[in-house]
Amino acid sequence: MIRFLVTNSIRRRLVVQLSVMAALLSIVFFVAVRSVAEQAAADTQDNILAASATSIADALYSERGRVRVELPYSALSMLGTISEDRVFYRIVADGETVTGYDDLAVPEVDNRQRIAQFVTDQYRGEEVRVVSLARAVSNGERAANVRIIIAQTRRGLAAISSQITSTAMAVAIGFFLMATALSLLAAQSAVAPLNKLAKSVARRGPKDLRPVVTNTPGELVPLVDALNNFMMRLRASLTRSEEFIAEAAHRVRTPLATVRTQAEVVHRQMEKPENRKALREMIRAVDESSRSAGQLLDHAMVTFRTDHLERDEIDLRTLAMETCERLQPTAELKDIEIVRELPKQSANIFGDRILLQNAVRNVLDNAIKYSPAESTIIVAVAQNEKEMKLSIIDQGRGFDGADLGKLTGRFSRGTNVDDIVGSGLGLTIADEVLRAHKGHLLIEANKEGVGACVMLVFERS
Amino acid sequence: MRYAGFRTVLVGLVLFVGLILPVQAFEIEAQKRYPLASAQQTLTILSTADIEVFEPIIRAFQLANPDIGINYVTSGSTEVMRAIYEEGAQFDLVISSAMDLQTKLANDGFALDYSSEATSTLPQWATWRNQVFGFTQEPAVMVISEASFEGLDVPRTRQELIELLRDNPDRFAGRVGTYDVRTSGLGYLFATQDSRNTESFWRLTEVMGRLDAQLYCCSGAMISDVASGKLALAYNVLGSYAASQLQGADGLKIVYLDDFVGVMLRTALIPRGAKQPEAAGRMIDFLARLGAHPDLSVATGLPPITDQQQAAGTVLRPIRMGPGLLVFLDQLRRETFLRSWTSSIKQNE
Repeated sequence: MIRFLVTNSIRRRLVVQLSVMAALLSIVFFVAVRSVAEQAAADTQDNILAASATSIADALYSERGRVRVELPYSALSMLGTISEDRVFYRIVADGETVTGYDDLAVPEVDNRQRIAQFVTDQYRGEEVRVVSLARAVSNGERAANVRIIIAQTRRGLAAISSQITSTAMAVAIGFFLMATALSLLAAQSAVAPLNKLAKSVARRGPKDLRPVVTNTPGELVPLVDALNNFMMRLRASLTRSEEFIAEAAHRVRTPLATVRTQAEVVHRQMEKPENRKALREMIRAVDESSRSAGQLLDHAMVTFRTDHLERDEIDLRTLAMETCERLQPTAELKDIEIVRELPKQSANIFGDRILLQNAVRNVLDNAIKYSPAESTIIVAVAQNEKEMKLSIIDQGRGFDGADLGKLTGRFSRGTNVDDIVGSGLGLTIADEVLRAHKGHLLIEANKEGVGACVMLVFERS
Repeated sequence: MRYAGFRTVLVGLVLFVGLILPVQAFEIEAQKRYPLASAQQTLTILSTADIEVFEPIIRAFQLANPDIGINYVTSGSTEVMRAIYEEGAQFDLVISSAMDLQTKLANDGFALDYSSEATSTLPQWATWRNQVFGFTQEPAVMVISEASFEGLDVPRTRQELIELLRDNPDRFAGRVGTYDVRTSGLGYLFATQDSRNTESFWRLTEVMGRLDAQLYCCSGAMISDVASGKLALAYNVLGSYAASQLQGADGLKIVYLDDFVGVMLRTALIPRGAKQPEAAGRMIDFLARLGAHPDLSVATGLPPITDQQQAAGTVLRPIRMGPGLLVFLDQLRRETFLRSWTSSIKQNE
């Protein structure tokens, strides 16, 4: 219970607080109604008892020096009108019973008072309400002090009281239930804007850092402002770091190209085999650095462009053809044959041409890099009703059971590639491009023999 | 000296009450046992209703409840009161026509609570505190001998009756009968209720007193005397008795006075200390459903409780149960009432 009360949910806290208040109000209501009604019922009985005593007092007379009374019929019959309670009476003059029930106790009240006085007592095994009324009856020379005592059991009162109690209880419980239901609704509507805001933020893509513009209530404005402010700063910081990386890559790549050219010139002039070997190593390192820098630039560009995606109509066949042609020289260096399996009909998608070229090129580049010399790479385009696929299948070493999901992470490489230099950005770039186009990258082992199969899958629009 | 004498009398009275009464218990009028071979218990009933009147009910009850034998004891209503109130006599069920005494028994804590499906069908005015259950409603009527009224209009109201009696003293002298309210509990109940309901009651009593009214203990005797011609009219006779006794009798007529007809409820209660309260409850259920046995009403002449008669707004005025009935049982009130009544009715002594 305590744990429930100190919960962090605003809604639950509101409901609990409102319910507790409703419960308190219900209890107050119940107690108030009950006591007022019971007092009213008790007063009714007292009033009738008083009226009865008064009517008896009016029937007192004295005869031959003795106090007598002619009990009026109404005096007792009126007591039977509201309930079926037992009635006892006693009339005492100067300490002697004139008539009535001898053993009915005379209440100890101030008998100089000439008004009806009430006590609650026990008589004949039942609780009784007793009225006592004092009168003086002229008795010759002196006045006799007469006390009229009427007692009535309280069964009717108890019945009324239990009826009132159950009615008040029912009303109080009804009130509580209704108030609780309403407090649920109130809490729901109070936190609704929060939920709306949370949903609108949660719905956003991972790169969406635009400010939140949902219609929010005044209380949430500071929160939304803070959030927007934070996102703005985050965005600026992200942009800055991407720009920095791109700038750095660019600055590194240009001098590297110069170094490579110069190194090749020197390589041709060198005659000692150990010097030529050293230079070849150098050129290879420069190549790798240049490639990494290029991929970093690509990645920076992909990141930038996915925010402002262009939508051109692109035929996947053309895309495959262009990329193959472009990488043909690299493939030929290792005597790798690129086989194109392209359908006759066009396979059009909408997307950003430069990004898509980049993605396909990175995948194909990877395939060439990890394929052994004199092997075959198949580039295929296929489509069905739901999606279009561009697959690149090599006969390389494959991914050898590596975690396929993790391969697309930045700077993540397969477990079996230590001998080949790579940045680990190629699949990341392809994956991000595909995601920006609502597609996905599918990596499998080659079903027909060794090697890997990477598929760029697009949904049909 | 006067006080000393008074005291002697008082001491004598106390001695009498204290010593003699317990020996001389309440007076039993008649007693009849209804044993059954199959009976596992015996229900003892103290009643004011004559054995002949009540027997059909007992037989019918035993037909439905073969496990209950019955010991039926009858007595006068004041004797019944004395038996229960003062002597604590052992009975399982008390049936009495004196509603006021029954009410007093319940009020003073001598009755047990009882409720059942059958008692809940009784109209609210016919029960009190789930202790006193009315099962008949019997009007107080006037019975006249048609021969004595020859040439006279039959009076329809008490006013007309007063005028008739006053105008024809020769014809009615010594030939008017009514209850001796000093000895008959039922007569006292009817008379006191009359005195509440109409101003003419005291004048009527005086007129009857002047005509040397004959006083009776019971309805039956009055009706017989009207039948025999000894009485010309009997005032405040139980209608139920009259109807059953007058079956086949010529020259007698029951008159319901138009100003009002007092209606007495015959009531039953289970006294405190009853040994067979369960069996008594079954008898109360049976009595409460008396309306379901029209044959019994015919056989006993006891009209069952019906709600219609109340609703019709007739002159029938059932005596209301409740503490009001205790008023005329008040010692002083009873004294004054009887003093007035006696001085009115006994003018010729």
